[in-house]
Amino acid sequence: MQLSTVFDLNSHQVSRIFWRTVLYCVLALGLATFLLPMVWLVSGSLKPDGQVFTIPPTFIPRPVLWENYPTALNKFPFWVSLKNTMTIVIGVLVGRVLTASLVAYSFARLRFPGRNAMFVIVLSTMMIPYHVVLIPQYLIFRDLGWLDTPLPIIVPNWFGGGAFFIFMMRQFFLSLNSEIDEAARIDGCGFFGTFWRVILPQSLPAVGALSIFTFMGEWNDFFAPLIYLNTEEKMTLAVAIRTWQFDTNLTYQAATWPELMVMSTILTIPPVLVFFFLQRYFIQGVVVTGVKG
Amino acid sequence: MATAATATGTATAQKLHWWQTLKGREALAGYIGISPWLLGFLMWGVGPMLLSAYYSLTEYSILSDPVFRGLDNFERMFTRDKLFAQALRVTGVYAIVTVPLGVIVGYGLALLLNQKARGLSYWRTGFYLPAVVPGVATAYLFAYVFANEYGLADSVLQTIGIEDPPNWFGSTKWALPSLMVLSLWGAGGGLILYLASLQGVPTALYDAAKVDGANAWGQFWNVTIPMTSPVILFTFIMGIINSFQVFTSAFIITSGGPVNSTLFYVLYLYRKGWQQLEMGYAAGLAWILFIIIFALTILVLRTSARFVHYEGE
Repeated sequence: MQLSTVFDLNSHQVSRIFWRTVLYCVLALGLATFLLPMVWLVSGSLKPDGQVFTIPPTFIPRPVLWENYPTALNKFPFWVSLKNTMTIVIGVLVGRVLTASLVAYSFARLRFPGRNAMFVIVLSTMMIPYHVVLIPQYLIFRDLGWLDTPLPIIVPNWFGGGAFFIFMMRQFFLSLNSEIDEAARIDGCGFFGTFWRVILPQSLPAVGALSIFTFMGEWNDFFAPLIYLNTEEKMTLAVAIRTWQFDTNLTYQAATWPELMVMSTILTIPPVLVFFFLQRYFIQGVVVTGVKG
Repeated sequence: MATAATATGTATAQKLHWWQTLKGREALAGYIGISPWLLGFLMWGVGPMLLSAYYSLTEYSILSDPVFRGLDNFERMFTRDKLFAQALRVTGVYAIVTVPLGVIVGYGLALLLNQKARGLSYWRTGFYLPAVVPGVATAYLFAYVFANEYGLADSVLQTIGIEDPPNWFGSTKWALPSLMVLSLWGAGGGLILYLASLQGVPTALYDAAKVDGANAWGQFWNVTIPMTSPVILFTFIMGIINSFQVFTSAFIITSGGPVNSTLFYVLYLYRKGWQQLEMGYAAGLAWILFIIIFALTILVLRTSARFVHYEGE
């Protein structure tokens, strides 16, 4: 007796169920492969130092050492690094929201000679790798006495916040109905008043996407903090972890494997949470800049 | 108030300055509006690029003033510097393998999810997740997964009976492939874009293809691929640009070793500039990097013109 007669299905439905099953099996297998390393990360952070490496591998630590977390947090100057990271995130974010949206508004709504040519220049600067301007910028900041401060990372973002974000905000402004801000203009609102009171309040989704990208970018950044921040009291979390890996001065001992896994897990949690809860803005931002670009 | 009215009155009577006209005021506001970008472009963009071009022609040990040496740095790169050639080779091989594979894996996943899979947003979140994990955490995680003998990879291999599994990051043969695996772990990063563009393909086109007798494969090849080709091209170019700037994973896990088998280009640039303090040479390396990325982008754009379909052309 065939399955199809048991469940009273025609052949079309049988083949459909078969392919659905294959689809979900492939997806589940793929997802398991992608998530396995993350499980391994968290499990490694809860193991005793001696149990990190065993054959066969154990995914569930015995015993589960929750105290690895407070121990690691106390052993290293975690809170100082967190404060340094947040200083940079907020410093960059405020500058970028204000200047990128102002510049983007001018490109999207105001007419002036040379506007299109200048916007093409904005777009083309996206192709310049950071490393080409890095060395002169480094020397300029050295002469300004800004090395080992967050300023070299924050200040350049107060000048339009980067071509990518100008482009993103402009795309969003172009999608707004211009009748409302034309009405505001007729009612005697100046150009910048219109921007501040009419355009920006409508732009919270775009500002949200910009904030998420900025948070993730600065939180995860490794190269610029590595170049500019040299003492442990000034480092962001991402570079501090790397220093702790080798730190053998009198204050601390070098990190153990479970401690490195603890720090990596802690470093991973905020971006993952932001992604989970603000996915809508995030996805919108990716799509606006990628598909319509 | 009265004086203001009089002033406007006289101004109208005479010829208006350009900034007093409606158009002029808008233009002025426009220039003020973009001035942060324009200033930044000059201070952090054009200025440093010109300086960098100048430094690339000098010997500059950062502690003393730059000394002009003409094209010496470039001559050294292309004729004598074996590590420069090695860095180009490592980065090139990595890009050739990971960029197409990353696009295929990401696009493949998007195709599967686009088969009206239930709980689409949950799947999407899961596959995208590795792409939001910070590079530093990813590096330590994979150092732990591929640790010699006792890492996850090796202990799984030994459990299933493979004796003497490779010492991944410790071997000149396996270190680069291990970093490629690390890169592919983030391949879900393209998922959001691919899904959005797949969902944007008009169903009418599929209906038309069915009427013309196209099977699933024909529909995929003649409708899906052409309609989503601009996004594939975009992610491909971004993939090239990013793979030429790989730094964090190699710096943390291997520091370029063993025996320079993972000496990525930017890692070499960092070594020259910040460890050996040869800023002039590092500036030269940065310019070569810029030229490579620029040339590759143009090349991909040119060759793709025949394959990529843009709506409304």
